[in-house]
Amino acid sequence: MKISKSAIALVVLGLIAPFILYPVFVMKVLCFALFACAFNLLLGYVGLLSFGHAAFLGTGGYVTGYMMMQTGLTPELGILCGTAAATALGALYGKLAVKREGIYFAMVTLALSQLAFFVYLQAPFTGGEDGMQGVPRGELFGLIDLSDNMNMYYFVFAIFLFGFWLVNRTVHSPFGQILKAIRENEPRAVSLGYNVNDYKWAAFVISSGLAGLAGSTKTLVFQLASLTDAHWHMSGEVVLMTLLGGMGTIFGPLVGAGAVVTIQNYLSGGELGNYIHIIMGLIFVICVLAFRSGIVGEFQKFMKKNFS
Amino acid sequence: MATFLGINLFGLFGQLLVGLINGSFYALLSLGLAIIFGLLKIINFAQGALYMLGAFFAWMALNYMGINYWAALIFVPLAVGLIGILMERFLLRPIANEDHLYSLLLTFGLALMLQGTFTHLFGSSGLSYSIPEELKGGNRLPFMYLPNYRAWIIVASIVVCAGTWYMIEKTKLGAYLRAGTENPQLMQAFGINVPLIVTLTFGFGVGLAGFAGVMAAPVYSVSPDMGSNMLIVVFAIVVIGGMGSIGGAILTGLGMGIVEGLTKYFYPEASTTVIFAVMVIVLLTKPAGLFGKEA
Repeated sequence: MKISKSAIALVVLGLIAPFILYPVFVMKVLCFALFACAFNLLLGYVGLLSFGHAAFLGTGGYVTGYMMMQTGLTPELGILCGTAAATALGALYGKLAVKREGIYFAMVTLALSQLAFFVYLQAPFTGGEDGMQGVPRGELFGLIDLSDNMNMYYFVFAIFLFGFWLVNRTVHSPFGQILKAIRENEPRAVSLGYNVNDYKWAAFVISSGLAGLAGSTKTLVFQLASLTDAHWHMSGEVVLMTLLGGMGTIFGPLVGAGAVVTIQNYLSGGELGNYIHIIMGLIFVICVLAFRSGIVGEFQKFMKKNFS
Repeated sequence: MATFLGINLFGLFGQLLVGLINGSFYALLSLGLAIIFGLLKIINFAQGALYMLGAFFAWMALNYMGINYWAALIFVPLAVGLIGILMERFLLRPIANEDHLYSLLLTFGLALMLQGTFTHLFGSSGLSYSIPEELKGGNRLPFMYLPNYRAWIIVASIVVCAGTWYMIEKTKLGAYLRAGTENPQLMQAFGINVPLIVTLTFGFGVGLAGFAGVMAAPVYSVSPDMGSNMLIVVFAIVVIGGMGSIGGAILTGLGMGIVEGLTKYFYPEASTTVIFAVMVIVLLTKPAGLFGKEA
């Protein structure tokens, strides 16, 4: 009941947001929120820290950009291609990575994503350091002109809601329960007869697919696919968003993404630009030392303590 | 020009030398990571930033205080090690009992802060540090030209790596170290100060990064992102070698440098990717790494 109330609030907020805030900014937040939700599915619910999720964000972005520019696909098909490519990459990387646990898993995903990064740096179609510029937004289903920011916004919002719903659906399904069981006590899950690696792999594939969806959508919004999205700093950023918002909570990644994007937007304009890394690093340190449940997690604790 | 089977030997040995030098730095950095990981189960994401710090300290020591290369080679690793000790004591120890992933995130945050601070202070273009007088020049070998400083890097880092390996694997001190991390309670009961050992080990591992930084200052440009570029490669090397394996880190570090150098000669486009490709192959065949024990 409580979730559905907050879900309605989320939808209402999303519908009116572009009238209050600059739509492109909100779209950016939504793309990163989707990315963070996808990431949180792994970290928060399976306990797997992937340090290579930028590879999927970047893959989605590049493939969508390439399809939109070269083949004149409609945007929904372009996004579908990007998402499919990221899912396929996720399936491959997942197979390699789920063999290892904990910190090993983090290192393996990081190194694999770096492999993807170098491919995008050198492949002929990605534009190298400059990235792919001037990706057309196209017309949705051949009918709705997405170059209009408001149309684009509601399209992005719909995609976000789909992703958000899918993550929730996954988490609250029997499959999600098994994932949580793996997070809590892996040996026990094994002894119950679950093929733990298959479950981890499936979660990894869903997560990478959604990260690809986020990247594909982001490319349409900004009409640009660039190396930044595939760089390992981006993998770190999504960890920060999830950690700051509250890992393992439904709304945490959303809040975290909103906070990080806002901070970056605020800082990058002025002369404070140089401080971005310092401040991001500081937030990391503070979160880990004193604030491990994140904004949403701490809020929930507070509510539990005082109002129940 | 010396050629053999159509291969330009000058070019080949040149790239091998560059590879071996990169490999020396990989070995020093991954050795530090392996010590910290193998004994303390901490993934130190700040290792690259501390290597960068070592290079900057050497540059600052020379330009602000007139401390020359040789003195820096001793003082800078100590200074960087001291910073590591403070890090361990005040930031990492409070979270030592939490999931190990938190130490990874904390050190990642520290790395961002360090890198950001130096970008703010010095810009991102990079500074130069000249080769010490004593090591200028070089020797002409039959098949290649070997600059003295480069030979020095290779020799010095192999000596340091081998010495570290010997200390940890073969001496009594190393045995205490390994036992202290294997079973801290028991070692405490024997009257060994385990927290102190942990702190010093972290300081030593980090000091190796500082040492690598000083060594690197004259060959690479001293810039804030020199560490972050290096770090990711070094992580791949640690994965290949088998995490926590001291000898594995050293051998894989040197080996991957050579592999990279060979690739640069035969197929330059793949030179930055080859280490990651090797990693994938190793993971497919030996998930625990070349020298790692199956967990």
